[in-house]
Amino acid sequence: MEAPEWLDNAVDLGTSIMAVEFDGGVIMGADSRTTTGAYIANRVTNKITPIHERIYCCRSGSAADTQAISDYVRYYLEMHTSELCDDPDVKTAASLFQLLCYSNKNNLMAGIIVAGWDKHQGGSVYNISLGGSMVKQPFAIGGSGSTYIYGYCDSKFKPKMTKDECIEFVQNSLALAMFRDGSSGGVIRLCIIDKNGVERRMIPGNNLPRFWEG
Amino acid sequence: MEHLNRGGFDFDLCNRNNVLEKTGLKMKGFMKTGTTIVGVVYKGGVVLGADTRATEGPIVADKNCEKIHYIADNIYCCGAGTAADTESATALISSKLKLHKLSTGKETRVITALTMLKQMLFKYQGHISAALILGGIDINGPSLHTIYPHGSTDQLPYVTMGSGSLAAMGVFEAKYKNDMTKEEAIALVAEAISSGIFNDLGSGSNVDVTVIETTGVTILRNYQTPNERKFRNNPYIFKQGTTPVLKQDVAPLSTKVVIEDIMMS
Repeated sequence: MEAPEWLDNAVDLGTSIMAVEFDGGVIMGADSRTTTGAYIANRVTNKITPIHERIYCCRSGSAADTQAISDYVRYYLEMHTSELCDDPDVKTAASLFQLLCYSNKNNLMAGIIVAGWDKHQGGSVYNISLGGSMVKQPFAIGGSGSTYIYGYCDSKFKPKMTKDECIEFVQNSLALAMFRDGSSGGVIRLCIIDKNGVERRMIPGNNLPRFWEG
Repeated sequence: MEHLNRGGFDFDLCNRNNVLEKTGLKMKGFMKTGTTIVGVVYKGGVVLGADTRATEGPIVADKNCEKIHYIADNIYCCGAGTAADTESATALISSKLKLHKLSTGKETRVITALTMLKQMLFKYQGHISAALILGGIDINGPSLHTIYPHGSTDQLPYVTMGSGSLAAMGVFEAKYKNDMTKEEAIALVAEAISSGIFNDLGSGSNVDVTVIETTGVTILRNYQTPNERKFRNNPYIFKQGTTPVLKQDVAPLSTKVVIEDIMMS
């Protein structure tokens, strides 16, 4: 019997991910859909993975590649922390991601947003795209769903937003992206990181902000 | 110059195979387990289920194969994809885990098996066609994971894999609830596998179930056999003379064929 084509397709994080910096920390958000071809392999994925106590990354692209890369970075960062005898900077974690993504660019498909809090820079967001370039931005969006919200994000973002304004900004942007992108959906997972620690939130599909639905 | 044996796959003969295929030579297929495999976490453990059909293209190569593999005393793994790959991947990691347990002196953990399997599959970039459902119970409680051939993993309360996974997932999405009893979980798993057996051509024959809990493992091989072959009740034996003989013609073989002895030098 001919096996269905989605059996052979690699597992993809279709994805809408973003991260926003506020005074004192960062908000990270992601959808929860993982697809193999047209089948949703996991509808409650956690795409925001911990790299260190106050450094997390949002993953988009190939699920296998991004899982393997973040496992390596977590390991290298732990070694570095041991040698440094201090908590690492977000920039260090981002540089490690860049090192792996750039030098293996031919064999990887990974778009990663690294964000977190450290005592030197406070909250920071770094965007590492497919080719391995690293850019520090006040806010970053990524994944297939991000293409639909560039205009919305550019118009809504203001510098020096409060924590709650940032949370609303992330929720609205991701809801719009998930609504338009077939490869994004499920629930919104939020991660709020500041000097006091990390808070994780989940917004189920029926509680998402609603916009014009025709 | 000696050919360095660096391990891993050797793709040298791929060119030759492509040329041969173009000249018309039909290549032998490999055995895939078409498959429906499932796993469910219940209150107190994990239940794994699988069908028992192994296919070679359109032919059923094995009507009662075992798809639930032993990894450790507290960890079992269902495998879908190429039968040889699932068999050897699970056997290799089972062996590595035993050595790991002996060297650490601690009980094996499910995430150890998970990490070993995912790192091996990622290293081979999807060429090892093994899609696995790993379930077990350890110091952190029961857990269930899926592992895809490219090396990505997910941890979920209920999972299905294989060609029959859509049929089985339909049953799970309708009937799963948190904190089921062992009996409810087994019944749900059997129903999901049956759904795969009867709605997917790549799955069939019997339902295998394995229950993993803190007190031990219960292997219910052939828990359900809904496809037993049937035998004829009345044998086809007729009395001599039932069919009338109208004419009989006997010709010795020597009149039709010449038989010669040839001396081989």
